[in-house]
Amino acid sequence: HVYLLLSKCVGLLYSSASSLPSRCFRCKDIDVLPTLKLSCFPTALTMEIVYVYTKKRNEFGRQCNFSDRSAELHVDILPDPSLAVNFIERDPCDVPIQCTQEMSEHEVNTERFESDTRGINHVEGGWPKDVNPHEMEQTIRFRKKVEKDENYISTVMQLGNNMEHCIKQNNAIDIYREYFEEEEVVEESEVQPSAKTINVFRDPNEVKRTASSLSWHPDGSRKLAVAYSSLEFQKVSKDMSLNSYIWDIENPNKPEMTLKPVSPLVCLEYNPKDCHILVGGSYNGQIAYWDTRKGSQPVEMSTIEHSHRDPVYRVIWLQSKTGTDTFSASTDGQVLWWDIRKMSEPTERLILDPNKKGNLDNALGAISLEFETTMPTKFMVGTEQGLVVSCNRKAKTPAEKIVCMYSGHHGPIYALQRNPFFPKNFLTVADWTARIWSEDIKESSIMWTKYHTAYLSDGSWSPVRPSVFFTIKMDGTLDVWDFLFKQNDPTLSVKVCDEALNSLRVQDNGHFLACGSQLGTVTLLEISSGLCTLQKNEKALATAMFERETKREKILEARHREMRLKERSRSEQSKEEDTKEGDGEESPEELITRIEKDFYEIVEAELKKRDKGEEKKVADAIKSD
Amino acid sequence: MCAEVEETLKRIQTHKGVIGTIVVNAEGIPIRTTLDNSTTVQYAGLLHQLTMKARSTVRDIDPQNDLTFLRIRSKKHEIMVAPDKEYMLIVIQNPSE
Repeated sequence: HVYLLLSKCVGLLYSSASSLPSRCFRCKDIDVLPTLKLSCFPTALTMEIVYVYTKKRNEFGRQCNFSDRSAELHVDILPDPSLAVNFIERDPCDVPIQCTQEMSEHEVNTERFESDTRGINHVEGGWPKDVNPHEMEQTIRFRKKVEKDENYISTVMQLGNNMEHCIKQNNAIDIYREYFEEEEVVEESEVQPSAKTINVFRDPNEVKRTASSLSWHPDGSRKLAVAYSSLEFQKVSKDMSLNSYIWDIENPNKPEMTLKPVSPLVCLEYNPKDCHILVGGSYNGQIAYWDTRKGSQPVEMSTIEHSHRDPVYRVIWLQSKTGTDTFSASTDGQVLWWDIRKMSEPTERLILDPNKKGNLDNALGAISLEFETTMPTKFMVGTEQGLVVSCNRKAKTPAEKIVCMYSGHHGPIYALQRNPFFPKNFLTVADWTARIWSEDIKESSIMWTKYHTAYLSDGSWSPVRPSVFFTIKMDGTLDVWDFLFKQNDPTLSVKVCDEALNSLRVQDNGHFLACGSQLGTVTLLEISSGLCTLQKNEKALATAMFERETKREKILEARHREMRLKERSRSEQSKEEDTKEGDGEESPEELITRIEKDFYEIVEAELKKRDKGEEKKVADAIKSD
Repeated sequence: MCAEVEETLKRIQTHKGVIGTIVVNAEGIPIRTTLDNSTTVQYAGLLHQLTMKARSTVRDIDPQNDLTFLRIRSKKHEIMVAPDKEYMLIVIQNPSE
């Protein structure tokens, strides 16, 4: 039997080559070996491949004997292109495939719970069962009963006390009112005072000289004029340059301008009225002035005959209509006044003779000058001998020019400056201390710093704070003192460099300062704002402080005077008694013998005391043993 | 004894700015009051709950601690509550303006 393809079939049938008889499942007549046939169902387009086999009846139930057979191709159905007509090709579409678990999404809604906000009005309640709240009598009775309760009484008393306290509190002061509106928020600067080095200007020459004087440009302090010289006696070498420089503070590499004097400049000052003019005092005693517009050479110099005989240590511009007056001081004992338009001769001369005789041999050498433009007739001179001489320029006779002297220092007074806020008080810097004086007290300073280990070489008040001043020492440190805050120690001590510092100048804003060292290095420092902003009440406090100290010194002075008077009166009395015996005055020899005797007595007494002390020590040692 | 209580309460009432005084017991029953009934009842009920809450707050934070006084300042006045185990003293005051 060969089954053939019917026209409605999908695929072709290839009959097996061996058309062996097989029991056809339809006809069921011949038992044949398995053959492949295709059953086709005219209704469906699907293909069913059926494999039919027959079995002999007597072989039913027999065990299966499996055997290997090679692969046989049973069906190979090739597609029929003609059938493609029945199909429509689909547009290529992207189908995502993911190799994951298949999951599904579900939504669940719980049963709705409705909530509502309600208020409860408290109707009178809490009454015990037996009391009817509506019955006035019962409630009153209840209340009366409670009021009789001891507990109630004590509680109410106690609570009442507390309550009263709070009520009174409320009545006393309104805690929410803005009480301190007017006061500004005080910025508590917790910042430690500090000084920061901004720039360092080094002497460009090989042989280093001391930066002996500094002067800020009067207009905005953009420039700094530095005078270089060697102040050590006879240490001037041939290679040493004579030049002084003007530096622009922004450019530390190269000085902006050079000033070429004949002899090295010891001091240098800008004219506060004309920022192009500088006057300088030189080592050989001459004064010269420069105009920065005209070049490095001095415009004019003073004649040698009429100049100082020693280096000019300080030169200051005076307050005058022409703005051309200066005066200079030197250790030769003279203070000379100049008009820069005519430098051939000084306009005035003052000899610092303490005996007021104008004797140059006796004169004190001047190292520093002080002049305050608010007091143009007065000026002060600090001397090498440690005295401060206060002078009056307008005095008629030279003798009257020297008004008074203040003593108290042991060495030359390197700096002398009035307090910009309290001109009656001035600062002196000399030997190992800095002292603050009051003009009225001549015997001693009213305040002073402790004795340091190094010499103080320069000092200056802060132009913005009345109680702050700066000092520099020979060991290279800069000290900033705030006398209202601390008097024992400087408020800030900064080591600027390893060599000695010689000069100091504070800028007018009090914020920056420059200090010059022995090797010609000028350091520009910035002071922290706490030290250069005026604190509230500072002026009042400083006034109080100065007044207090002045008063103290005045009292001490008065006391000393009293004691001296007493001594004098006593010695005069004893002198009167002695006059009967002879000349009361001792001759020098007698004086010397008496002094010698006193001296030896004191020495012997001291030695005896020491011996006794040693004996005692030995005795104690023995005792303890 | 009773007179002292009277005196204290009267003194409190006559202080400057005091609007009203109430003494409430633990159940919320006003024992003494200088205000009208409805206001008293309102104050008593509400403040009682608030005091309880305040006390429990203080105790929650530190069990050794306890509420001693409660002051509520509002725009119009200040309500001061002095609580106790059994009773509570409430004062409404207008602080000094």
